[in-house]
Amino acid sequence: MREIYLDNNATTKVDERVFEEMRPYFCELYGNPSSMHFFGGQVQKKVDEARARVASLLGALPDEIVFTACGTESDNAAIRSALEVFPEKRHIITSRVEHPAVLTQCRNLSKRGYRITELNVDGNGQLDLNELERLVDEDTAIVSLMYANNETGVIFPIEEAAKIVKKKGALFHTDAVQAVGKIPLNMAESAIDMLSLSGHKLHAPKGVGVLYVRRGTPFRPMLVGGHQERGRRAGTENTASIIAMGKACQLAEQYMADEAGRVREMRDRLERELTALIPNTRINGGGTERLPNTLSIAMEFVEGEGILLLLSEKGICASSGSACTSGSLEPSHVLRAMGVPFTCAHGSIRFSLSRFTTDDDIDAVIEALPPIISRLRAMSPFGREFLNK
Amino acid sequence: MWDYTDKVKEHFLNPRNVGEITDADAVGEVGSLACGDALKLFIKLDENKERIVDAKFQTFGCGSAIASSSALTEMVKGKTLDEALEITNQQIADFLGGLPEEKMHCSVMGQEALEAAIAKYRGVEAPAHGHGHDHVETEGELVCKCFGLTDVFLKKVIASNKLTTAEQVTHFTKAGGACGGCIPKIKELIAEVLGEEKKVAAEKPTKLTNLRKMQLIQETLENEVRPQLWADGGDLELIDIDGSNVQVAFRKACAGCASSGYTAKFVEQKLREMVSPDITVQEVQG
Repeated sequence: MREIYLDNNATTKVDERVFEEMRPYFCELYGNPSSMHFFGGQVQKKVDEARARVASLLGALPDEIVFTACGTESDNAAIRSALEVFPEKRHIITSRVEHPAVLTQCRNLSKRGYRITELNVDGNGQLDLNELERLVDEDTAIVSLMYANNETGVIFPIEEAAKIVKKKGALFHTDAVQAVGKIPLNMAESAIDMLSLSGHKLHAPKGVGVLYVRRGTPFRPMLVGGHQERGRRAGTENTASIIAMGKACQLAEQYMADEAGRVREMRDRLERELTALIPNTRINGGGTERLPNTLSIAMEFVEGEGILLLLSEKGICASSGSACTSGSLEPSHVLRAMGVPFTCAHGSIRFSLSRFTTDDDIDAVIEALPPIISRLRAMSPFGREFLNK
Repeated sequence: MWDYTDKVKEHFLNPRNVGEITDADAVGEVGSLACGDALKLFIKLDENKERIVDAKFQTFGCGSAIASSSALTEMVKGKTLDEALEITNQQIADFLGGLPEEKMHCSVMGQEALEAAIAKYRGVEAPAHGHGHDHVETEGELVCKCFGLTDVFLKKVIASNKLTTAEQVTHFTKAGGACGGCIPKIKELIAEVLGEEKKVAAEKPTKLTNLRKMQLIQETLENEVRPQLWADGGDLELIDIDGSNVQVAFRKACAGCASSGYTAKFVEQKLREMVSPDITVQEVQG
């Protein structure tokens, strides 16, 4: 069965060109970049090139790029660093819809005496910057807000938020794992202090991430040991994956127009046709700015896991905000924070596209999903009075 | 991805008996949209109102909820109401070749709907599940406010499935799976149920047959004694039982431990308490 992969916010296919770029750095060019000999030195040059490529995508300087093992590490490192830089400050601000990489860490810190503020979002999943302005104070060490939400694709007004935070003297971090490569970012004209990204969300392999740290931003490393990454992240470089990350960022820059054009058009068509064919749906985050590749559609009176299993029978890979798919018993914390009505919180499905998505993929979903929903609704004890009208 | 058995997948993809029975004799409803799963069970009896001749269901829920509903309707057909009431949630899970533990609450929901339907038909108080605050009269004290579950219901599920941890109770009933505020109370309920079982065991010793006594000794060693020894890095092995004389050999940290005499006394006390007051424990090399 051919896979119709529409779960690119979960992970992406490694681009063949990325794989080719990294391939020699396992068995042939395996030198350690820190070595004094030519053999390590040539790898060092490739790592430097990768750093420059990542910097170029972000509008950053190469020495502002710190390679890590994943987005989660970058998030953890950013928050921990801020707390060490400001040992007297005991307040952290984040939002209710963050990725667990940020949220779990903050909740753990609250048990160690830190005051954590989780900003609310409205029905579209959007922030209230006035609330942020009111709550950030001299005790705030760091504010960490995601650039774009992984479940809904909703884009936060991060630049405005960063400016508000900087005025109060706190550090500003953003988890931009979902945003990088999908929308343009320019650190040269930004107030962001630190920014996380992850390789496997932009067609590089799993196991490599980046933390952008603005020049002049005080930083304390989480991993200590060798002098790698200018002392900001010890540990021998994951050279092949770093080189892959560089190539992936170079390609992402080239494909940015494709995301904004072709990918967005396919997403919009999927959204339009599904809402026309399936009654009683709503688009999560539909009333605000969203990533061009993400569609989170809520369908009333059905449960997400059943939908995913039936889609999977047709080769279609998507994900759900439903409780049952994750092993938790409540719908996703993002949908709950948005106040998605309980009639459809359990029936939310996320389709996330990429440069490899084709019109045929979209057609397959448009053909498969409506009968699946009818079938599950026919089985459901709810909604008859609405759906039979 | 869940590790569903082929039978679960098959019942999800081709569910039996979906729909409603317009002239049903009994209808049982549990769950709600807010809870994330719900089941409406319809039962039709034969002319003498003895045996179940047809059963249908409507389910809102995940793959295993639909498969459990399908399994349940197949299992009850041909049974009398009393026979149907004997069906446990474990039997529903077994029918499907097993369910992931996190999904056991789906089988519990099936068993509850069946109980609710039969109770309603017989005109008795609905059983005290609480699951599905919208439909069912509840008795007992509300424990899990998120999912509307009472102590009576939780204790029943704990006892019938021999649950020993709060996490298991969450998997089987959802209780404690949202805000988590009731987890301390769930732990109390588990302790209460285990305590009652101990009492039952302790009150029975006078009528013990030899076979039953040997079984009880083994169970007590497995469930009460060895876990405590493991905590200190020790262990024991049951070597033989001769009447009331229990022979054990100590292992790991307990073997050759200077205080193994005390440990033997502890084992003896436990067995006297749980099995019979005339038990003696003898340490042997084995």
